[in-house]
Amino acid sequence: MSTDGVDLTRRHFLTVATSVVGGVGVVAAAVPFLASMQPSARARAAGAPVEVDISKIEPGGIAKVEWRGRAIAIVRRTPAMQERTAQLGENILRDPQSAEPQQPEYATNDLRSIKPEFLVVVSNCTHLGCSPTYRPEVAPSDLGANWHGGFFCPCHGSKFDLAGRVYKSVPAPLNLLVPPHRYLNEGTLLIGEDGGVA
Amino acid sequence: MKPDQEYFDRFAAGWNRFVGWIDDRMPMTSFIRSQLHDYYAPKNFNFWYYFGVLALVVFANQIVTGIFLTMSYKPSAAEAFASVEYIMRDVEWGWLLRYMHSTGASAFFVVVYLHMFRGLMYGSYKAPRELLWIFGMLVYVALMAEAFMGYLLPWGQMSYWGAQVIISLFGAIPKIGEPLAIWIRGDFAISDITLNRFFALHVIAMPLILILLVVFHLVALRHNGSNNPDGIEIKKTKGSDGKPLDGIPFHPYYTVKDLVGIIVFAILFSLVVFFAPEMGGYFLEHANFEPANPLVTPEHIAPVWYFTPFYAILRAVPDKLLGVIAMGAAIFLLFLLPWLDRNPVKSMRYRSPLYKVLLIIFGLTFIVLGYLGLKPPTKLYSELALRMSEIYFLFFFISWVYSRARSRKYMLGATVVTLVVISLLDVFRWDPANAALVLQMWLVPAIYLAGFLLLPAFTRLGESKKVPDRVTFE
Repeated sequence: MSTDGVDLTRRHFLTVATSVVGGVGVVAAAVPFLASMQPSARARAAGAPVEVDISKIEPGGIAKVEWRGRAIAIVRRTPAMQERTAQLGENILRDPQSAEPQQPEYATNDLRSIKPEFLVVVSNCTHLGCSPTYRPEVAPSDLGANWHGGFFCPCHGSKFDLAGRVYKSVPAPLNLLVPPHRYLNEGTLLIGEDGGVA
Repeated sequence: MKPDQEYFDRFAAGWNRFVGWIDDRMPMTSFIRSQLHDYYAPKNFNFWYYFGVLALVVFANQIVTGIFLTMSYKPSAAEAFASVEYIMRDVEWGWLLRYMHSTGASAFFVVVYLHMFRGLMYGSYKAPRELLWIFGMLVYVALMAEAFMGYLLPWGQMSYWGAQVIISLFGAIPKIGEPLAIWIRGDFAISDITLNRFFALHVIAMPLILILLVVFHLVALRHNGSNNPDGIEIKKTKGSDGKPLDGIPFHPYYTVKDLVGIIVFAILFSLVVFFAPEMGGYFLEHANFEPANPLVTPEHIAPVWYFTPFYAILRAVPDKLLGVIAMGAAIFLLFLLPWLDRNPVKSMRYRSPLYKVLLIIFGLTFIVLGYLGLKPPTKLYSELALRMSEIYFLFFFISWVYSRARSRKYMLGATVVTLVVISLLDVFRWDPANAALVLQMWLVPAIYLAGFLLLPAFTRLGESKKVPDRVTFE
């Protein structure tokens, strides 16, 4: 083939233009495939709010319900527990004022709850997602004198107080997550929806 | 002519016509000749050169047993656990297929780790084999992904919580981490959807990627030929016929030798499959005989043994994001090895006595980290894991320092700088409650650094030997 009269600039432009258009096409074609891996409509619907009857939880006791496939822990704190937890501060907790956005605005307080009596947290350690054990007792032999009751993660030893606030010098970086929730009436809690209060 | 001979000749002629017919249409005979008879491999291969072919054999085992397992397995959260029990109890020979597959997974990593260590010992990653090493590393990473996804499929407690922990690692990435973890799971927590897609990736996507990478690995290998225990290029010394003087045809010499290795391996493999398929809880973890329960975490979560060295590094760092970065770096640095260790001497046979010790300590560090990753993180073990992680990373630094002769001043400077860096890490994580332990354990990297950086500065232990022109073979 003769190269006489070939406009190389034009040929170069056409090569680049074709490659760019083809590349955009490949990216566009990849979108449906990658997007199909997002949670499906059914998975999102299964994330619907759940109602919990909290009147049956004993003082100092815990109830666990499932929401979005995760365990939600609801602890009914006795006045003594509330008092003990409220006085913990920066000397042992990493984020005592809940500065990190691990809770809705209405739970950004000392006890990280709407009502001081009830703590509602996602029962997944913020380190690598294990489910921490509820350990309400004070200073048990295995957890030491500095234990004021709370959650202990058996996987990597992270500790949280009775407001789900993380201790210092443990692998977990953040306080336990408080899910959106609201009270439908005195004894019924709705988890997963807060009516846009936040 | 005897009738027997006549029949044979007629058969041979027919066969040759058949082969000729194929060769006219595709280069079958010439391909086989070029890859087997005319491919010359160094004559001094030793025991360590079995593990490449063994990896291929285990790969074939995984593919074949895997195909038959999918015929009885149900990839749904409701049925997966029961279907594995069904394979074990009701499917004819199902127990054998499953144990061959589960033992094969561990055997795969055993041979791959030995294969990689062989590469380290004889400098097989060095020029002109850098791409061969990179493709090998990609095979290794793909294999880890394949094994991780396969481990979710039995839907036991360890399957579930192991996957929970590993996918949470992606959540450590700032900003995009959490959406990325949800995209991987396809749900807000590990669920039926996650199991279903891991099945698809485990049986289709990853095996195809692995086959492709293995082909690239072999093409790169055949292009320059194998390295050997002496680290000498056999193509540099050729006879009058143009064949390397220190090479022998791959077939029949190494095909036959490899067969012996494969048979010995098959015997050992069978011993595990038939007598210890759980391997005391290391190949199949005890907690995995309970169905997955999203509401209860097992008392102690440890990955399967082949991940534990990296898991120990992850856990050792007292910060989530930095831990994930350290774990990633532990794998990524291996990719860079050809450009870190620039010493012209390939084989450890001719490298300095100190380099031999360095390499052995690196192997031991990997094993100790693997052990620590299996154990619960007590104070002592956590501290030890952190120090072993430091030793792991320092290996790459020392390898780089050993690339060429360094002045005494350089070595003293390197010692001071690394000691300061190591000590600063301790200052940042200072905890008075652990002071004594931290200070005692500080000696581990300190002695390591003093040995590997100061000894070559003041003795001749850091000098390489002269590399001969021809391979040694008795």
